[in-house]
Amino acid sequence: MNEDNVLMRIQGLTTNFHTYAGVVHAVDDLSLTVPKDSVVGIVGESGSGKSVTMMSVMRLIPSPPGRIEGGNVWFDGAALGMPDRTEKEGPNKGMVDLLGLPADAMMKVRGRHIGMIFQDPMVSLNPVLTIGLQMTESMVVHGLATKEEAWKRAVDMLALVGIPNPEERMRDYPHQYSGGMRQRVMIAMALSCSPELVIADEPTTSLDVTVQAQILELMKELKAKLKSSIIIISHDLSIVAGMADKVVVMYAGRVLEEADVYDLYEKPGHPYTMGLMKSVPRLDAENRERLVPIEGSPPDLLSPPAGCKFAPRCKYAMNICREQEPPLVMVGEGHRARCFLHHPAAPAVIGFVKVD
Amino acid sequence: MDTILKVEHLKKYFAVNVGGPFTRQMASLKAVDDVSFDVGRGETVGLVGETGCGKTTVGRTIVGLYKPTAGAITYCDQNLCVLTNEAMRKVRSKLQMIFQDPYASLNPRMTVGNIIGEPMDIFSIGTLAERRERVQELLRTVGLNPEHANRFPHEFSGGQRQRIGIARALAMNPEFIIADEPISALDVSIQAQIVNMLEDLQQNLGLTYLFIAHDLAMVKHISDRVIVLYLGKVVEVDESKDIYRHPLHPYTKALLSAVPIPDPRIEMQRQRIVLKGDLPSPVNPPSGCHFRTRCPIAQPICAEQQPELRDMGSGHMVSCHFVS
Repeated sequence: MNEDNVLMRIQGLTTNFHTYAGVVHAVDDLSLTVPKDSVVGIVGESGSGKSVTMMSVMRLIPSPPGRIEGGNVWFDGAALGMPDRTEKEGPNKGMVDLLGLPADAMMKVRGRHIGMIFQDPMVSLNPVLTIGLQMTESMVVHGLATKEEAWKRAVDMLALVGIPNPEERMRDYPHQYSGGMRQRVMIAMALSCSPELVIADEPTTSLDVTVQAQILELMKELKAKLKSSIIIISHDLSIVAGMADKVVVMYAGRVLEEADVYDLYEKPGHPYTMGLMKSVPRLDAENRERLVPIEGSPPDLLSPPAGCKFAPRCKYAMNICREQEPPLVMVGEGHRARCFLHHPAAPAVIGFVKVD
Repeated sequence: MDTILKVEHLKKYFAVNVGGPFTRQMASLKAVDDVSFDVGRGETVGLVGETGCGKTTVGRTIVGLYKPTAGAITYCDQNLCVLTNEAMRKVRSKLQMIFQDPYASLNPRMTVGNIIGEPMDIFSIGTLAERRERVQELLRTVGLNPEHANRFPHEFSGGQRQRIGIARALAMNPEFIIADEPISALDVSIQAQIVNMLEDLQQNLGLTYLFIAHDLAMVKHISDRVIVLYLGKVVEVDESKDIYRHPLHPYTKALLSAVPIPDPRIEMQRQRIVLKGDLPSPVNPPSGCHFRTRCPIAQPICAEQQPELRDMGSGHMVSCHFVS
């Protein structure tokens, strides 16, 4: 057992893609902690490395061209039940490094201990197999149930996620389900082995807003019922606001800010986070205010700028920002930000706390 | 304000095969079913609804990419539905469209200069040098470097490509622009850039917009008036600032409550009206009110009678039996 209630700790994860044009630094020295029984939101634009991070955790990075070049993914050893691979000493006592597992041991982790909900349910379900077969497969493979038991449990899971006539719908094919229903099936599938962690990668991006509301409500409901931690990845700050306990903001393969959900939205500690919030209109805004966009576009990861990756688009950028990358500093309780504006020598900007 | 575009009882049905792979059995998919609205000069009208509600079809039918099944589209006192191809071509130069996908709507084999200049080539405007001059000017207008006219679309990012699409739409000095989900394929930080640019262009060039989108917060931000569509029918029309405060139709209420707000304090305790089920098939829509199968307040009358679009005062139109 590890004492500090940590389910997963990513440390210094670095994932690169070796392409003909050069090396793409998709994730660079990323660290992140997921506590037990919590929801962590990861927010970032396309190309910020949020999906690559999670694919690295699952070890699903296509290789070549992708390569995980450094770091550890520590996962709670008590949950995995792999005593001989569990750290006995040191800061990660009681944890297992997923990146160090052989392929067959990793197969026992995927689906069983870490479930995944993908963005596009049409692409991630097999069109030529019935839903029932796809639902029961992981339970049978992981040896959790016989075929008959798995079938019964799958029917219960479908009922739980709100599919009408689950008994009959088990024999249907994915094309007979609507987009929202397929996403419900994906959720049921991810939860069928009662994993300790569920990773939801943009679970509602391809859905309509009314169906998105259904799916988010369902995820909240299930979270209360089943004791899993959830990592929800999204490009939309507003989706994460209603779900997450802790939010991580990513940009160009790095964590720019990490904070408790209330702190992040009330006192963002990074110009990028502030910019994101001002650039989306709010439905509850009384007056029509002009949006404040973030000028420029995200950096090319083949040749990222020196220094802070956000500096070329940052309106507060100082000389040092273009030369040196700022460290991730604590700016409050459980609140980290990667910005030189928190340095005591930096000029005062409203909303920025100075720390040594 | 004078009316620039008037759409009356517009219907667009598509013939679809419902028989299966080897049996032919045709049915009509009612993509747009009796839609009427008008747009004033200089106004921005938002058209919102879920996938399959017919919002894109309305836009495409107005520019003449589809022939309407029935109804009339009057643009500056000309009925577009009865115009000859030659006359329609002339009108179309003033009626432009910005497409959703900036990756699919630009020809990858043409240079950006040629893409933007093509409308002028088609209408044989000016000399070659004048056209080149105009292309440079348009690139500057949309915030791109005029020296990039010789580059190809793949050399630009998504946001830049959308700017190219907008420059092409502006080439003929249009009066009316239909923007079909112009920002939904873009990253959040880029969306605001494009929206601000559209607002500036409207101010400087006196444009009128029909802004089609599913993002209600953005539609509310950019539009003066909002039209809510459901399954090919208009369910509510109102000023955008009022529709959030006083939505009348149960569908509009549900749609608004489904939009997440980027504030955890509001979001964690918000009571959502969650609609059950999915959008019914437009091939076989429910009888009476199309929304009744998902409506929280549906009564027997909703299945029998189709509600009329009624004016509730000061241009607030709604089609529901139980709104008074």
